[in-house]
Amino acid sequence: MSQTEDLTESERPDGAEETPSIPPMPNRAKDVLLQLLRTRRVIIGLVLIALLAALAFLGPVISQWGIGERDFTARLEGISPDHWFGTNHTGQDIFTQSTAGLQKSLLIGLLVALGSTVIAALVGSFAGYFGGITDRVLMWVADLALVLPSFVILAILSTHFVGQGGWLILVILLAAFSWMVTSKMVRGLTISLREREYIHAARFMGVPPHKIILRHILPNMSSLLIADATIMVSTAIIGETALSYFGLGVQPPDVSLGVVIANGAPYATTAPWVFLFPTVLLVVLVLAVNMIGDGLRDALDPHSKSRRS
Amino acid sequence: MGKFLARRLLNYVVLIFLATSFAYLLAATNLYPRGYFEQMQPPPSPEAVNAQLDALNLNDQTPIAQRYLTWLGGIFTGDFGKTIQGGDVASQMWMKAGVTLRLITVATLLGSFLGIAIGAYAAIRQYRAFDKSATAVSFFVLSVPTVVIAIVVQVLAVSINDLAGFQLLRYSGEYTAGFSGEWYELLLNRVYHALLPTLVLAVALFAAFARYQRNMMLDVLGADFVRTAMAKGLTRRKALFKHALRTALIPTITYFTFTFGALVSGATFTEKIYGWHGMGAWLIDSIARHDVHVVAAVSWFMAITIMAASFLSDILYAWLDPRVRV
Repeated sequence: MSQTEDLTESERPDGAEETPSIPPMPNRAKDVLLQLLRTRRVIIGLVLIALLAALAFLGPVISQWGIGERDFTARLEGISPDHWFGTNHTGQDIFTQSTAGLQKSLLIGLLVALGSTVIAALVGSFAGYFGGITDRVLMWVADLALVLPSFVILAILSTHFVGQGGWLILVILLAAFSWMVTSKMVRGLTISLREREYIHAARFMGVPPHKIILRHILPNMSSLLIADATIMVSTAIIGETALSYFGLGVQPPDVSLGVVIANGAPYATTAPWVFLFPTVLLVVLVLAVNMIGDGLRDALDPHSKSRRS
Repeated sequence: MGKFLARRLLNYVVLIFLATSFAYLLAATNLYPRGYFEQMQPPPSPEAVNAQLDALNLNDQTPIAQRYLTWLGGIFTGDFGKTIQGGDVASQMWMKAGVTLRLITVATLLGSFLGIAIGAYAAIRQYRAFDKSATAVSFFVLSVPTVVIAIVVQVLAVSINDLAGFQLLRYSGEYTAGFSGEWYELLLNRVYHALLPTLVLAVALFAAFARYQRNMMLDVLGADFVRTAMAKGLTRRKALFKHALRTALIPTITYFTFTFGALVSGATFTEKIYGWHGMGAWLIDSIARHDVHVVAAVSWFMAITIMAASFLSDILYAWLDPRVRV
């Protein structure tokens, strides 16, 4: 925590050149950051993510093989100086495929989390702030989106994910089906924030509602939204992997970890490297994101402190 | 209370209707059943294709509104249309639903029981070795996609079989094809095949439940009424079981019903990987076959289970928690 001394300048025995005359303003961002940096989980998670991101963006560049390129002289071969992670049954280099897939999975996870958090924040806060008919309609839409079989819709529309930038459509759809639960939580918080004095003050000064929501209500729950977005990253990565595994997610020529794992799964017993490397990358990625998300939630939510082990 | 539930139920019925209609319209406009017939060998004449599509109400030359109304008319009489091969969707659906429901019922019961027991015990032993290892394990399992768990278990089963020299563990199909015998032999055969897929689903659920139950239990353990129960002289065991665990179970039960509803689509991957012909596997196959009516029927079934589960959790919550009065 930041320092809690409240000695005034005159009471301080030794020179007061570095101590301020009034106690420093409690700085929430600084508090949270300090606490995060003291949590081992978060540090490990951040280091892992940094390493994985470096691997994802440098891997395809430093590899001498192109994405999807086939080495017809080496099919289903183990680790060698030419192929650092071996090759699959069509002669594709597993290192290149895995790192390129990692890059796409990482991007998909981040973009989906960003998109769904923005939708959730806007829908939830507008519903909670205005109440009445707006609330009814927006929450009904959220209910409908919860009931819609998202998996069926994604699977049907998977033919549209083909081609350049096709995976962005997948991102939009994944985000469109993952904002509902968070938006309900945001709505609940907005309803309790709505009656605070500073919101009343802003309203009586004639600030328009959308400005109140964007400037006063949403920043007040930003910590919750950040923690939630982090969890969403790992959920999105897992969902994308599952879809891609059945050929309903990222379509060739794009590769994601799910695609690489699906290609490798039939050879898991005979040629373990085909399956092992992409799977380990995926598990480490999700684990790292979860570690950060978990740590963030603990640091931001005083209520959950007692729960940590 | 009755009025509240009736209004809730009506809302759910409307949502199910909209969700299913949406799925039908999306499938009818995006799937291409004509292609399924055109690529047959030998290629049928365009007239023959049209006649077949008309018979199945799948012709993309008929306006979508008309096809939708025909399909909707059938739904109200319990007729879900025909599959693209000409079979009756409704009768096949109940068979597939049975497979899925059997799998997920056993798996959710097993997974949630284990999860609740371990989570609750971990909460009592907070910060001890058991708690730390249980939390670490569930955290790790939650980070592994079910698809990966399913494949890894399958790979392990193959290597165990290799090691044993005979097929010790079955990892494909729901029962041995062409197997016949007494009823208990049939039952045993099915249980034998169900071991691994149930295990996969149960492991994933166990992690979620253990985490959830631990949090709920920790909230309750600090509460005044547990302290009072101890103070009035109850044994620790009695206080924990009768007061703490019972209260901490309320939110978990609603979570349980929710999980059960969501698992109908969640079990898809396990079904597909282990060769079970359940709802999820049917859906994936029918999308590949451009089978519009099956897609709509599966969507209907998934929406029904989710709604039924959340309706049930509404009722259970109101019944279990005396503070909820509606």
